Amino acid sequence: MSKSTQEWLETTWGKATARFPQRRPKFESSSGADVDPLYGPEALAEWNYHEKLGFPGEFPFTRGVQPTMYRGRLWTMRQYAGFADAEESNRRYKFLLEQGQTGLSVAFDLPTQIGYDSDSPEAEGEVGKVGVAISSLEDMETLTNGIPMEKITTSMTINATGPILLALYVAAAKKQGADLSKIGGTIQNDILKEYIARGTYIYPPRPSLRLITDTFAWCKDNLPEWNTISISGYHMREAGCTAAQELAFTFADAIEYVDAALKVGMQFDEFGGRLAFFWACHSNFLEEVAKFRASRRIWAKIAKERYQSKDPRAQMVRFHTQTGGATLTAQQPLNNLVRTTLQAMSAVLGGTQSLHTNSYDEALALPTEESVELALRTQQIIAFESGVADTIDPLAGSYYIEALTDRVEAEAWAYLSRIEDIGGALIGIEQGFQQREIQESAYRLQKMTETKDRIVVGVNDFVTDSMVEPDLMRVDPTLGKRRAQQLAALRKRRDNANVERILGRIREAARGDENTMPLFIEAVEAYTTVGEICTVLREEWGEYQEVMTI
Amino acid sequence: MTQERPIRVLIAKPGLDGHDRGAKVVARALRDAGMEVIYTGIRQTPQMIAEAALQEDVQVVGLSILSGAHLELFPRVVEELRSRGVDDVLLFAGGIIPQDDIPAVNKIGFKGVFGPGTDTNDIIAFVREHAPVRA
Repeated sequence: MSKSTQEWLETTWGKATARFPQRRPKFESSSGADVDPLYGPEALAEWNYHEKLGFPGEFPFTRGVQPTMYRGRLWTMRQYAGFADAEESNRRYKFLLEQGQTGLSVAFDLPTQIGYDSDSPEAEGEVGKVGVAISSLEDMETLTNGIPMEKITTSMTINATGPILLALYVAAAKKQGADLSKIGGTIQNDILKEYIARGTYIYPPRPSLRLITDTFAWCKDNLPEWNTISISGYHMREAGCTAAQELAFTFADAIEYVDAALKVGMQFDEFGGRLAFFWACHSNFLEEVAKFRASRRIWAKIAKERYQSKDPRAQMVRFHTQTGGATLTAQQPLNNLVRTTLQAMSAVLGGTQSLHTNSYDEALALPTEESVELALRTQQIIAFESGVADTIDPLAGSYYIEALTDRVEAEAWAYLSRIEDIGGALIGIEQGFQQREIQESAYRLQKMTETKDRIVVGVNDFVTDSMVEPDLMRVDPTLGKRRAQQLAALRKRRDNANVERILGRIREAARGDENTMPLFIEAVEAYTTVGEICTVLREEWGEYQEVMTI
Repeated sequence: MTQERPIRVLIAKPGLDGHDRGAKVVARALRDAGMEVIYTGIRQTPQMIAEAALQEDVQVVGLSILSGAHLELFPRVVEELRSRGVDDVLLFAGGIIPQDDIPAVNKIGFKGVFGPGTDTNDIIAFVREHAPVRA
């Protein structure tokens, strides 16, 4: 019995498909690569278990970064939340913690992300809309009120203003009397993907990279449990790229950050263990599992071969996953519960360290309390009822999963070497390379949906007429005015001469190379606002101009 | 009737949100359909958008917003357009705009609102049908 898959394809399969054609002429992955009808031992002919997989907690970490994975501790259930003001968001966090969530994830409004206070003219109409408005330490104290900061880890999706928001978090923790060596959490702090896809940049790349290496250096000595960056593929995937591009563009960014830190004299193993990653999980269930597994193998190799890492911790891709916001549909919104469940399941089978599950109403508005609770319950059902978390990396050894893991990895390396040839991620961005690649993939996906080469249930097939919108969350429209009054009162109350003095020192630091983090902490402790600090930095560094690619 | 020259369209992103996937896909689809499309990029103020519409002499302005600030920002774009005498343009919008808000958006002059899941052919047909004819 030595029939090969090829022989089977030519005989049994061939006969069958002659009588009953396949339902589609071609089956393909997100990057357009062919998916074969069957995978057999030949797919893994050259394959070596120890080289490709190894064991959990050991190089190349394909099977997972921790030795015990979910047998020890489940992934952190971390729902991205934040809206209106600090008081309302604090209430939502407490609700989520009461429901069994195990970590916090703060969404900031756009003005906070782009360095404008709530009372700035640029903030008009945007205050508290997509996240919580935080302008001063007063807000951060309210946001964290009653939350034990030594025990709960907090992830903050904040980039251009990341170091300032970290300073605010540290200042609030100090006020709580917390021991900084025990404070854990993450700032996204990943500016390159802002230029590529997400859009909340402020300054040009060079000073932005300097702010990032300032946080690497400061946290190493002062906040050892903090993840100084969460290098993110999520937003590029949401903007339209493929699974392999998501990995490649993210690791190209990671290489840029590492090189920047090496250039200012740090050693890879000193900060490598504090780098975190952030992936999207879209709907192609098995390809996504393969992507997560491939991601660990790629970075482990980069760390070891490119950066001569000796510390296993610095070779690990520890990652957060969020289910795919762009896969949610406004039509038949309850279908999104099912999509999210499948995506969450692949993230768990892919070995994620933390997970956000989207709520079913998020193609329409920010989620309601009810929809967020359902999203969290989805994770709990996977964790406690499905059994998929009971053994480590359960899909390993599947012919298809391993072949697919190898292929996603190979596709990602090919993109990485193209970016290397261009001169790295930053030069790629300046030339619009990644942006164009993402646009192309997004357009291709749109066209496939319109020609029904890709079916989106409820959108281009199985469509129903009646569109019933669920009750949506609304942010109080008078919030902007109230915030402006609060800020005016704060500016009257604080020691403004002290604020001016510290802002002057920040200006000096912006011109030189003194680490900005201690100055940001001193500034926010004196109730200097995020917008005031950013105004000084804007004056010194200027603003980034979008590269137009269309 | 057939147009003498291609329809000129401005696709703009008011407000601070950086979600430009939809805006870029629509810009590309309209261009592939033979129109002349100017895309502004993200973070445009109402003044910048109105000024671009005037300078580029467009017949159509499409605004994309996903931050929820449409009810604040759209009326200001309309005001800025009027104050520059640009009042014969077709306005349409896209992004995350809840159904309950659509009547208000229509009322200030947006003839079409295209949410997530829209087929770009529907937008092309809409623009062809409603774009004011220019000599």
